[in-house]
Amino acid sequence: MSALADGAWVAIGRAADVPLWEGRRVTVAGRRVAIFRTEDGLHAVSADCPHAGGPLQDGLVADGCVTCPLHGRRFDLRSGDWIGGADDGLTVYEVHERAGELHLRLP
Amino acid sequence: MSAAGGILVVGGGIAGQAVCEEVRRRDADVPLTMVCGESTAPYDRVRLSHLLAGEANAEELTLRPDDWYADRGVELVLGREVVALDPEAGVCELDDGRELHFERAALCTGSDPLLPPLPGIDLPGVHAFRTPEDCAAIAAGTADARRAVVIGGGLLGLEAAYGLVQHGVHVAVVHLVDRLMERQLDAAAAALLLPAIEALGVRVLLERQTTELCAEADGRVTAVRFADGTEEQADLVVVSIGIRPRVELARDAGLEVARGIVVDDALQTSHERVVAVGECAEHRSVVHGIVAPIHEQTAVAAETLLGARDAVYTGSIPSAKLKVMGIDLVTAGAAEGARAVVAADDAAGTYRKVILDSDGRAAGAVLLGDTRGHELLTDLVKRGEAVEDALALLVEASAATPADLPDAAQVCNCNGVCKGEILDAVRVDGCASGREVMARTRAGTGCGSCRSTVLDLVALATGGASEEPAYLCPCRQQTREQLAALVRERELSSVSELTGACGAGRDCGACKPGLAYLVSEVAANRHREERHARYINDRVHANIQNDGTFSVIPRIRGGVTTPQELRRIADVAERHEVPMVKITGGQRIDLLGIRKEALPQVWEELGMPSGHAYAKAVRTVKTCVGTDFCRFGLGDAIGVGIELERRMEGLYTPAKVKSAVTGCPRNCAEAYVKDIGLVAIEGGWEIYVGGAAGSRVRKGDLLTTVESGEQAIELALTFLQHYREQGDYLERTYDYVERVGLDAIRAAVLAEEGGEPARLRERFAIAKAAADPDPWLERHDPVHPKQFAELDTEPEPLTPIDAVLVGPPTGGAR
Repeated sequence: MSALADGAWVAIGRAADVPLWEGRRVTVAGRRVAIFRTEDGLHAVSADCPHAGGPLQDGLVADGCVTCPLHGRRFDLRSGDWIGGADDGLTVYEVHERAGELHLRLP
Repeated sequence: MSAAGGILVVGGGIAGQAVCEEVRRRDADVPLTMVCGESTAPYDRVRLSHLLAGEANAEELTLRPDDWYADRGVELVLGREVVALDPEAGVCELDDGRELHFERAALCTGSDPLLPPLPGIDLPGVHAFRTPEDCAAIAAGTADARRAVVIGGGLLGLEAAYGLVQHGVHVAVVHLVDRLMERQLDAAAAALLLPAIEALGVRVLLERQTTELCAEADGRVTAVRFADGTEEQADLVVVSIGIRPRVELARDAGLEVARGIVVDDALQTSHERVVAVGECAEHRSVVHGIVAPIHEQTAVAAETLLGARDAVYTGSIPSAKLKVMGIDLVTAGAAEGARAVVAADDAAGTYRKVILDSDGRAAGAVLLGDTRGHELLTDLVKRGEAVEDALALLVEASAATPADLPDAAQVCNCNGVCKGEILDAVRVDGCASGREVMARTRAGTGCGSCRSTVLDLVALATGGASEEPAYLCPCRQQTREQLAALVRERELSSVSELTGACGAGRDCGACKPGLAYLVSEVAANRHREERHARYINDRVHANIQNDGTFSVIPRIRGGVTTPQELRRIADVAERHEVPMVKITGGQRIDLLGIRKEALPQVWEELGMPSGHAYAKAVRTVKTCVGTDFCRFGLGDAIGVGIELERRMEGLYTPAKVKSAVTGCPRNCAEAYVKDIGLVAIEGGWEIYVGGAAGSRVRKGDLLTTVESGEQAIELALTFLQHYREQGDYLERTYDYVERVGLDAIRAAVLAEEGGEPARLRERFAIAKAAADPDPWLERHDPVHPKQFAELDTEPEPLTPIDAVLVGPPTGGAR
């Protein structure tokens, strides 16, 4: 199975609309995805905290992780892993920037 | 006062200070004079690296406040050098020509940094690393330096490299031999330390013999050249390869000098009137360049100075701690010996080794990455204890708590404080908190690495729970005080600058809102606001709810509203189909369930300022009807309450501040259980602080009673500013009041004669003048186009209230 054959890149908005160390949400094909910008670049993860549905795009961002604004659960933006927890993490999506536009790849 | 008949201490370093302290501990009356070449009272050289890394300021390094010397009858001669010493005559000459007479003298002249006689060693841009002035020069040099080279990969060199990295400079450490810290580490530990140092962003060049420092036409250093012909670019060079004892005065005085000033087991030099202590002294052919032996020497030297001949110093076991954040390294004694047991985990980067001599006695310990039990092992090594089973000892040390230490075990190496002294500070002297114990014993006030052990011991002695130092940034172990000092000293104006300066906020990020408050408070709201450091509530000025919507609470001062205002709020709620409208506990009206995108338009239609109900800030002032309508009212609760709210609204605080003004002691506005509560009584007003009615219920403490409502407001604001400056982030006033005690608060807020209340009011006025009175106005001028929206949504177009009321134009009609 080739990963390259799966999924399509979808334009989701302007890159300038995601400030450094903040997040914004986008809904694509029924999926809510939070886009973040860190010093390493862009990250995209499922936007709803698996704990209680908190809006992760509104969380604090540091060290490549986001902290949920509702109850403080913390996730790694690269792997989607819940830091210090065993439960489910987040779905990680591929995102890139081209000519000022953001593109997201749906799996 | 001349020092006739008394004791003269030459040198104002840690050793000179320690001699003064030890002499005074034994004899309160003998005349004591200390001559310091530097213009400041003795400071803590051990913490120099903290100064360079920006983790401390020069004032904090002072060992004792100025009045310590006056109180104890120690005459301090600052900024003067002793240029000649005549032991036989008991007289010395200062560089201003003055003569001081003495019965006995202690030479604590310390050492100079060893600067190799290389071509270019005196070029601009080449620094030693020894004094606060060196630190200041190095720190200043980093402003336009891009690449720094540290010559010397010993303890101090690595600490210097760490400090330089904190200044954002590319750093390379060059070292003569094939491993770092070869005096303290064996090859295996050094091999594990290397990647840890490199992970700080420091390049390490081993087996490089520096032969020349090269310069450009402008004369500044540009590179370091090595014996193998290679070069390393550098516009800043720090040399840290060792020390050279200062012996000139002793040699000129006819005292026996080898590498250092030669002393016997009583620390006496070749003349019976003179002792020598510290880095200038050579005892049994050893010169110590670290701090711990100084304390062991001074105890004996003080006895000798006071005439005893039976005190004996037999030498010190060197121990060292690397003071670089994120790298735990403790060593004691020898790194290699007849036998050794090692527990190492290459992947985790931990290495624990105990070294035994040929008689099976503990001779050394190396602990890297995991320093648990280091006090226990260091103590065994210092006492040369026989060890039956070294492997079992390592296991035991891993599980050792401070309770397992013998009373004689030294806990604070910087100040030479052992466990027994810390316990006595609680049990005998009655200290109740870690802060008090540290102030009394000075344990934990040097490099700070033993502080958690000190706190554990205090908890052990008091039977209480262990106190954690209140770190604002726990990842980098930075307290509010340290960070505030950094912000002040470097005039930082944003969280990013603070993070760049010391790393705080870079790791888990949980402290970023705390840092944002700190920066705003220190800069009196003239800071550069960065929204990434704020909670979502402070990015959109509304309180996030469990479904991701927000609540909107407009400012209704004192809880007093009007029919028109109520009608407008009701209309907004209807037009926006607000799911719930509720009266809050603080007598305000809450519109719940507003989408982020609708916030600007809701605010626009309300036309009322923000109530700040979402922030760690001044919240509401709750009032009763006071004298307006109440039959029992003694004071104008509504008038005073509305004025109090107006005077302090918009100010951020360490944690939320709830207030109330009530017109009589029946307390209908619940002022007794607010952070700030004013209660009208017959003929005046009571001011309560530190009340709570949350998860904990606490009646506030009566700060004082005043005659007028205006005086009560003034005092409430003075207290508020005091708390804004001194409270730890997220520490409510009721925790703060209990932590520092009412007496301390009264001293700051009420003692007008000292001037502090007036200064607090002035700083309050400055901060208030620059505070944003209504962040909801960002609806007209958002800080970011998507401040109130998501990537694929837009904020609702802002429609002026008049247009809303008229309604949208119908199709084609004019």
